[in-house]
Amino acid sequence: MTTVDPGLDAAAPSAVEGERLTAPAPNPKRRRIRLRGGFTPYALLGPAIVVLAAIVGWPLIQLIITSFQEFGRAQVFGAPPSWVWFDNYIDVFTDPVFYGVLARSVLFAAGCVIVTMVASTLIALMLTRLPKAFRLLLTVGMLLAWAMPALTATVVWGWMFDTAYGVINYIFVNFLGMEEFNQHQWLLNPLSFFFVAGLIIVWGAIPFAAFTLYAGLTQVPDEVLEAAQLDGAGGFARFRLIIFPYLKPIFLIVTILQVIWDLRVFTQIFVLQDIGGVRAQTNTLGVYIYQKSIAGGDFGHGGAIAVITAILLMSISIYYIRQVLKEEEL
Amino acid sequence: MSAPTVAPGIRATAAPGSKAAARRTGGGRRRLTTWLLSALSVVLFALFVFPVYWMVNTSFQPNNAIRSSDLHFWPDNFTLRNYETVLFDPGRTPFLPAAANSLVVTLLTVIIALTFAFLAAVAVTRFRFKSRRLFILTILVIQMIPGEAMIVSVFRVIDGWHLLNTIIGLTIVYIATVLPFTIWTLRGFVNGVPADLEEAAMIDGCSRAGAFWRVTFPLLAPGLVATGVFGFIQAWNEFIMALVLNARPEMMTLPVWQRTFLVANGTTNWAGIMAGSVLMAIPVIVFFLIVQGRMTSGLVSGAVKG
Repeated sequence: MTTVDPGLDAAAPSAVEGERLTAPAPNPKRRRIRLRGGFTPYALLGPAIVVLAAIVGWPLIQLIITSFQEFGRAQVFGAPPSWVWFDNYIDVFTDPVFYGVLARSVLFAAGCVIVTMVASTLIALMLTRLPKAFRLLLTVGMLLAWAMPALTATVVWGWMFDTAYGVINYIFVNFLGMEEFNQHQWLLNPLSFFFVAGLIIVWGAIPFAAFTLYAGLTQVPDEVLEAAQLDGAGGFARFRLIIFPYLKPIFLIVTILQVIWDLRVFTQIFVLQDIGGVRAQTNTLGVYIYQKSIAGGDFGHGGAIAVITAILLMSISIYYIRQVLKEEEL
Repeated sequence: MSAPTVAPGIRATAAPGSKAAARRTGGGRRRLTTWLLSALSVVLFALFVFPVYWMVNTSFQPNNAIRSSDLHFWPDNFTLRNYETVLFDPGRTPFLPAAANSLVVTLLTVIIALTFAFLAAVAVTRFRFKSRRLFILTILVIQMIPGEAMIVSVFRVIDGWHLLNTIIGLTIVYIATVLPFTIWTLRGFVNGVPADLEEAAMIDGCSRAGAFWRVTFPLLAPGLVATGVFGFIQAWNEFIMALVLNARPEMMTLPVWQRTFLVANGTTNWAGIMAGSVLMAIPVIVFFLIVQGRMTSGLVSGAVKG
């Protein structure tokens, strides 16, 4: 297990440069052997490319085409679609409902990502300082939360927030004496709907982020931290000057992954709406696309929104992609 | 499976002497912090575990007990009725066929996707070829496309092949869904095995392919297991595509089955749904506990290092 990446352990160069403390430079690249191999690599890639082309490539092209067409239920059953070019996009961009959904999605995702990242960083730091038994306890707890499927988690949380028989209302009323939570309908008000949704998402996302950051933290060489401590750097200074620069690549990637996942969140919102949310007031981008296209049968407009969402996500992740390409020494 | 598996490194390399010295300077304050942190970790543990506990607790309660004004915080009137209902009650959408569908689709997905991804990962890490950069870029970009955006067009493609409401149709879609991430993660694992080892075997008289099979492949086994389990979890839990592509009751997978319980609004059989949830979550939790350490280190090495 420890041999997964030998390069990780190799990095412990002296990080003290002159008198100043700096984060050590990233590892020198391991020597790699790559062959030309003629036809072989293409043969190896073949099966994957065929599947991806059929199930991702071709539908993607169709999606883009559809977004330029008038494509309703009649077209699904065989009527030829007519070209409307940018009309769908113009409709979407002049529709206040779309901006509502977009703003809601962005705000909601931002909230979830910030809470997830702050909490995960604190938990990861905490894990490095906990006595072994407590570290094991917390690890097991997080693993259980991480392993819960999103759908199951949503159903379970939905049950906990149930109006009549939910444990949350019960605790508020009977243990804390807050009578106003008797029969409180959490999902009816959009604000508390998103509070519940955010809780489910953050609860499920923290383990991944915390474990990954913790794995990164354990790579920060002890000597550097101790040297900093001897030089009088307090906890926060040590985090800012040493730990954070060291963790930055991991931190960045985890954040961007969270942004992508939270912006395109579907299951949690969709199922909570099933349990009792008001759809029109709680739609986020993913659910909105589904409702326009599948439920509403308007594939042209649904397609346009889908394309816009995809472009939005890609522009957010461009930094991540560039980072990876750089490290790939391509 | 415990925390230390995620964390080779720091603790092992620390010089014991300097550590003790650092502790001495901290003194009692440090011990207090450790105490507080330990207490906090117990609270956090409870927060993470409570929903899981509540699911299990509810699943063992009779329906009238969970629908009373008094909640039961532990299964004091323990019953297996809910599991019986979920598994055998003919009045409900049956669980077992859905479970069988889920199992077949998931296993097929894992086996095929892992094979394809393995070949691709080898191509990308061990060979230099013309469109290598383009391929890696594509793999990355695909992961940014929201699945919901693709539902409609995927539906039309599968419909065009007359594969709606079939195991094969859903499996093909899942393979494509799992592939990018699987290739990406496996790439990290293959990269972790130094090619020098193969060279050495070749000097000893192995062919290139032989060297790969005898030397590198065995070292990759843990990576393959970890990635395979991850694919298993993704396919087992997938919900939207299954909802749209396999809507017919006899072709449903477990997540779609679980939702049919919910739609009966107001009369939702919560105890039953919790029993179903437990049954659904068990394989995922078991697999997860087995491989999480490898997954995380694979992710870290795959995501951060070239």
